[in-house]
Amino acid sequence: MALLEVKDLGVSFATNDGTVNAVNGVNLTLERGETLGIVGESGSGKSQLAFAIMGLLAQNGRARGSVRYDGREILNAPPAVINPIRANHIAMVFQDPMTSLNPYMRVSDQMAEVLIHHKGMGKREALANSLRMLDAVKIPDAKGRISLYPHEFSGGMRQRVMIAMSLLCNPDILIADEPTTALDVTVQAQIMQLLVELQREFGMATILITHDLGVIAGFCERVMVLYGGRVMEAAPVHPLFADPTHPYTRGLLRAIPRVDHEGGALDSIPGSPPNMTRAQQGCPFAPRCEYAGDDCVQALAPLTEFAPDRWRACNRSLEELA
Amino acid sequence: MTDTPLLSVRDLHVAFTLRREGDWPWTPPRKLHAVNGVSFDLAEGEVLGIVGESGCGKSTLARALIQMVPATGQAIWQGKTDLLSLSRHAMLKYRADIQMVFQDPLASLNPRMTVGEIIAEPLRTHHPELGADEVKLRVKALMDRVGLLPNQINRYPHEFSGGQCQRIGIARALVVGPKLVICDEPVSALDVSIQAQVINLLMELQRDLGLTLIFIAHDLSVVKHISNRVMVLYLGRMMEMAAGRALYAAPQHPYTQALLSAVPIPDPVRERGKVVIPLAGDLPSPLAPPSGCVFRTRCARAQAICAELAPQPAAGDHLVACHFPGPATVAAEARAPG
Repeated sequence: MALLEVKDLGVSFATNDGTVNAVNGVNLTLERGETLGIVGESGSGKSQLAFAIMGLLAQNGRARGSVRYDGREILNAPPAVINPIRANHIAMVFQDPMTSLNPYMRVSDQMAEVLIHHKGMGKREALANSLRMLDAVKIPDAKGRISLYPHEFSGGMRQRVMIAMSLLCNPDILIADEPTTALDVTVQAQIMQLLVELQREFGMATILITHDLGVIAGFCERVMVLYGGRVMEAAPVHPLFADPTHPYTRGLLRAIPRVDHEGGALDSIPGSPPNMTRAQQGCPFAPRCEYAGDDCVQALAPLTEFAPDRWRACNRSLEELA
Repeated sequence: MTDTPLLSVRDLHVAFTLRREGDWPWTPPRKLHAVNGVSFDLAEGEVLGIVGESGCGKSTLARALIQMVPATGQAIWQGKTDLLSLSRHAMLKYRADIQMVFQDPLASLNPRMTVGEIIAEPLRTHHPELGADEVKLRVKALMDRVGLLPNQINRYPHEFSGGQCQRIGIARALVVGPKLVICDEPVSALDVSIQAQVINLLMELQRDLGLTLIFIAHDLSVVKHISNRVMVLYLGRMMEMAAGRALYAAPQHPYTQALLSAVPIPDPVRERGKVVIPLAGDLPSPLAPPSGCVFRTRCARAQAICAELAPQPAAGDHLVACHFPGPATVAAEARAPG
């Protein structure tokens, strides 16, 4: 049995402009110790997918389908069921460390609170454990800085505090939602390096959500590509980059400017991302796809496994795309 | 193209005076040097990329050139006028020649104006003699040029996507026929697939209209694609400046090397095989920059001299502000990731 099993997950929001279907029929499995990357552009539903798993959707959000952690259903579960799983088993690192840490609390108190609440530790023991975790995420002079407030840390250090806090209860799954997007490139390299080391040390399964395929390339074993709330392609990292099989993945990889390539015009994808307030029946990428036909507008191809562990949702066969 | 550079910047300084809340009235205000002695020449038709991490002064540098922030030093326009010494009124004349494209496409457009009004506004300011029909004609022609449908002229900014808003911003900058366009992080707020469209549009317009561009970005790969020459800033000082190809193929400054090595490559084989040069510690506070070379506190090559003397780049095409320039071959500097 997989550690985390998501089946046919859908997320929709009731808004003044109508219902927004942010995520549609997403399936995923996560094995113990595995690193999964979820990549997509803004509005692709990648963050809402994570929020739905953690039960953190906004008030007007509705989740359908099933999320099983270790065999237990946790989607839309009441707080009595989901709260012990949060932090203890599934922890999350958010994008902006400044707004996700409490600005009025010392880092020591925020961290200790997690252990006191979830593990029932005493204050002194909780503080000692928090300090050990700050050392593990390589915050220099952790002892001297644990009682500072979040604003007294730099952006990179704040993200380290976030990561330390998420690992306090030794979770089986870490969901990192754009953990380095707000950071400078040299700091991003440090944080990703730290995540690689921590993942090796603690062995937690990790879901890395990002828009940056470069970060995915360095960290993940498997990758899922989302577009318009649907999975376009899913594959192990090497074949996905070497031999992308979906027109969207191909377009995306060609559109990225790269430092290791010569400059010059980029192959852009024409058009713009879909408006999620309109109900869509066909492939969300069809309006921008050069291979799209009438069948693509009518109905979405199901996600099918065309080779071991390689999945694609496209009406065109591989030969037609060649 | 002439030999006189379009813009010649010498020893540009921007300092902000900061007063902390709770300071006594007699405590001297502290100075924050956002840009510290930057010089460069900009040839006509050239694309100069300016890269650096947040807080390095890249946006301030660009804003100083058009007097959006007070600066000292010189910025000689076409070998004649010093832009920094002009009065606000005299500067107005040059604002038609120097236009700017901003980072946040939606925030930089007035939500209460239609697209037509937004794009026409610079025309009305700089060419009040033009009739309404002529203005409309020019606006429509430009909308067509940047890939907007001319029948969208009466729509409001919120009806457009981020990429389209940036096209509106570009049209607004180009409508008065500027010689120099300063693009301040024009694609950082956009998604990858849209970013490529806007980069291509900027490159095309630059080529077709013979524009000179200052392209500011924190993303080194984006800058590489569009720039002829690249300047690397750190804590308000120029670290290295060279032709794009030379800078990316053979960076000489340890900071440039560290910066380049940190850029993720969307290729698992290369990304996992590459060597990341680590930078020790955090960025020092710009209120109290290190003495001598500002980069020395995080540099693996730092020696005693680096603390005493700020390195001056030797003249040439490839400027490096470092006492010990050279390729990154020292084993101590390098560390394989993972």
